[in-house]
Order: sequence, then structure tokens, then C-alpha cells
Amino acid sequence: MERIPILKMGEFLLVSIQVEMHDQLALTLQDDLTTMITRTNARGVLIDISALDIVDSFIGRTLGDIAAMARILDAETVVVGMQPAVAITLVELGVSLSGVRTALNVEKGMERLRDALGLAAGSRADDLSTA
Amino acid sequence: MIQNYRSKIPEILRNREEELLSAWTEAQLTSNQRPDLMTESEMRQQSKEFLNLLRRAAQNGNLADISTPEWSELCDLLADISRTRALQGFSPVEMATFVFSFKQVLFEHLRQELGGDVEALASEIWSASVLLDSLGLYTTEIYQKSREATIQRQQQELLELSTPVVRLWDSIVAVPLIGTLDSARTQIVMESLLQRIVDTGSSVAIIDITGVPVVDTLVAQHLLKTVAAARLMGAECIISGIRPQIAQTIVHLGVNLTDVVTKADLSSAFALALQRTGFVVTRAQNRP
Amino acid sequence: MISQRRETLSILSAEDVVRVRQKVREWAVALGFSLVEQTKLVTAASELARNTFAYGGGGAVQLEIVGNTLHLGLRLTFEDRGPGIADVELALKDGYSTGGGLGMGLGGSRRLVNEFEIESRMGEGTRVTITKWK
Repeated sequence: MERIPILKMGEFLLVSIQVEMHDQLALTLQDDLTTMITRTNARGVLIDISALDIVDSFIGRTLGDIAAMARILDAETVVVGMQPAVAITLVELGVSLSGVRTALNVEKGMERLRDALGLAAGSRADDLSTA
Repeated sequence: MIQNYRSKIPEILRNREEELLSAWTEAQLTSNQRPDLMTESEMRQQSKEFLNLLRRAAQNGNLADISTPEWSELCDLLADISRTRALQGFSPVEMATFVFSFKQVLFEHLRQELGGDVEALASEIWSASVLLDSLGLYTTEIYQKSREATIQRQQQELLELSTPVVRLWDSIVAVPLIGTLDSARTQIVMESLLQRIVDTGSSVAIIDITGVPVVDTLVAQHLLKTVAAARLMGAECIISGIRPQIAQTIVHLGVNLTDVVTKADLSSAFALALQRTGFVVTRAQNRP
Repeated sequence: MISQRRETLSILSAEDVVRVRQKVREWAVALGFSLVEQTKLVTAASELARNTFAYGGGGAVQLEIVGNTLHLGLRLTFEDRGPGIADVELALKDGYSTGGGLGMGLGGSRRLVNEFEIESRMGEGTRVTITKWK
């Protein structure tokens, strides 16, 4: 079955959405992420959407749901890399993504997560391993 | 026009294509050829393609309306020829004459074909006239459109040059807007601001409107949408340089700026931006 | 280069929604729409295709090039034989939803395009036609 890979970066999880996300994939991702957050005690989730050239209300909802689920599991979420054309369209579409933090790229996203969690910068070695 | 009279033009175009082509190219050589701009063989090639597609399009029997799908191939060809000739230096009149010069040739053949039948001949000449006039006028429209497109493109380039997005510091960009903002211009500036935010990896963008005398609802809405879009991307906007009159207009228009950060001038906006991005400005120890 | 001026795609699965997005993108690029305009159109198509699949019980979309060389546009017509929409006005309001979440995306989609027409009859189906001019 097709799955979106989740990488562990220190105490954060990184999800990079590269493919067209249809309903089943979105549900599988929510499933995998919540499981992973609990298993690794991750405090933060980074969702990289820089490869997405379309974000419709369904995908917007999915991102919002993921952030909400993560928060219940005591983890913060930051969505990074939204393309300008996508941002302009989402504003017109009326999707606000409130409750979802955003940052320009992965690096800035990690800073935001650290700020949100009150961690000092570089307090944990950032090792990259496949979860 | 006689309604149930089936035009003989499609048939003539089919059966006499060769004759029509050579008569037409002869006519062009003597009257409207521009040997300085185009070679004879190019002219023959264009005429041949035109006749070929004209014949095909006319087979349906509809000679009155060239906006229907069967005429689209010929229209595309005319558009291409029109653009090519425009680049070569032909005037729009010369381009239209290319099409109109075919009329005489076609009328002559209609006369030969229909001879004594005066009513039929009159009707056919009218149909042919209507058709070729529309095609000739179409080339003029294309010419005009491509000129307009060039002007628009040049305007756009000027616009982009005249509203540069400047990188003030690590992670901070600013765009000083100057002059009257119309909807189109504001959109262009906003799109380029968002792109620059990505290119420079900036988390704060300052939009300075000190040099903008008037802000109407549309412009205010564009500004708000830009702030919202930047936020979705992960960058914050600060709007600076709002003059008293503009502040009044904004409230009177009912525009809601409550979740937009505003500062009186560019310098305070910059100070805030530095603070937001974690920079502190201190004076150097040894001052001469 | 698009050879025909009209094409129909069926929308019977979630994969079809993806296929519709890709096809609309392809046509929008070929017609020379700017990136932002492409994105708006494909997003609107995605919303409407999803509605057709999720609420309309499946259906189809017709892509059509309209206008002429001087004024080119892309028209998409989404059709389904589903239950229909009881109150179209209400459905067009932002935030309205029977399925939970952000609503059917109808009101939002309308803002992304130049022309928007909707016909719906209870028990018979729905047709939404959107057009974007270059």
C-alpha cells in the first residue's frame, strides 16, 4: 500500500508530501503519524508541502486535522514550504488553516517548534533516521 | 440572401484550387507583393496554405460565421501569418490586402462558373464578399491584439522594475509602494513580494505605503489578502507609512485591519522586524 | 498542444479526482494561463470534482476551450446524477457543510473563476459550469 514516509529528526517528526494526496492516503497518513508520535514521544511535527502545487479544502482539512490530533497527543505541528500561488488561492478559497502554524522552510519550521516548546536552539543533536 | 440556395463556392474551391492559386499569386505579384519584406516563394506558400484551409473550412456550407469550429484551423493560420508578417514589418493594411486580393480572383471564377444566372451570381458574390471581409478584418484584429500584448508586456516589465522588493536584512524584505495603486498593479506587486519572500527565505515583509496618496476598497482588500497569504506561507507582514487620511478612509470603508501589524513609518517597522527575527542593534564600543 | 477543443473525463473514484486535476493543469498550461490563474482553476476543479465524487455519487467533467484566438477561455462542466442540492444559496455560503469540515467548497470555488453556473434538482442531479478567461 502506498504510504507517505515519516522521518525522525531528533525529537521531531518530518513528513514530506510529494505525491497527489487522495482520501485513502490522507487517512493512512493520519493513522501513521498519530501512531509514530505516541511511539517516539515526539513533541513536534513538521509537514513539508513545498512539492504541492495544489492545496484544496480537503487537503486543508487534512492538515488541520493532523495538527489537532497532534496537539491532543502533546505535539506541536508546523506546516512549511507553501508555494505563493497556493497561498494566494487558499486565501481566495476562504481556507484559513487557523490552528496550524506555518513557516517558510524546514529550518525555520524547526526554530518555530523549538520556540513553541520553549526549547533552547540546538539543545538536542538532530539526527536523521528513518522511523 | 437566398436561404435555401446552396452556395457553389465550396465546389469551386474544390475543383479549381490550382487555377485559383496561380491567378491569385499572379495578382499579388503585380499589386501588393512586398519583395523587400518577403520572397515570392514564401508568398506562394502562404497563399497555398490559405487556399487549402479555406477549401476545407468551406465544405460544411457555412460561409457566414467564421467563429464556428470548422473555421478555427484557417483562423489559426491567419493568426500565424499575421504575426509573422507583423514582425517582418508589414502594415495591418498590407496584411488585410493579402486576404482581400483573393476576392477579385474568386469573383472572376464565379462569373465564369455561373455566367448568365444573374441572381445566383449576385448571391454568390455577396457570400464571397462577406466571408473574405470577415477573414480580412480578423487579421486586423489579430495585429492589434498582438500590439496590445507587446505594450502590456512592456508595461509589466516597467512595473516590476519600478516596485522593487528590497532585502533589508537577513530574513527581512521591504517593498516601498509609490504612486497610485490600481487593482492590476497591486496584484502584480503582491505576487512578486510573495515570490521574493520565498526566494530570500524572509520571515518578515514590510509593505510601506508612505508614497501612496489614495487607498480604495479594492486595494485595501488586495493588501489584506497579501498579508493573509504571507501568513499562510509562514511570514509576517508589517504595513508602514499609513498617513492620517488613509487611516480615516480605511475605517470609513469598514476594512478590518485588526490582525495586521501597522507602524507609522518604515524605520519603526524595520526596528520591529529586527526584534521579531531575533536581532538586537547595539552601538559599537569604541566610537571616535 | 491540445488537438481537440473538448474532452470528457469520468469521475468515479478518488483517483479520478487526481486525474481531473492533472488534465485541467495540462490544458491550462497549454492555453498559457499564468501560474496563479492555473492554480486557481485547478483548485476549483479539484473542489468540484471531489463534490461530484463524494456527494454526487460519481459523474463526469467536460473540458472545453471556448472563445477564439483573441479571447481564449477554459470551460469545465461537472455533472452528476446524485441526490441534488436542496438549497443552492445556502450551499454557496462559506462554511456550509453537511459532511463536516469546511463545506462543499462551492462558494470558494466561485471566487476562483470568472463565470460560475449551477443547476441542481432534488433526486435528479447537479450540474456546475465554471469558466476562466485568459
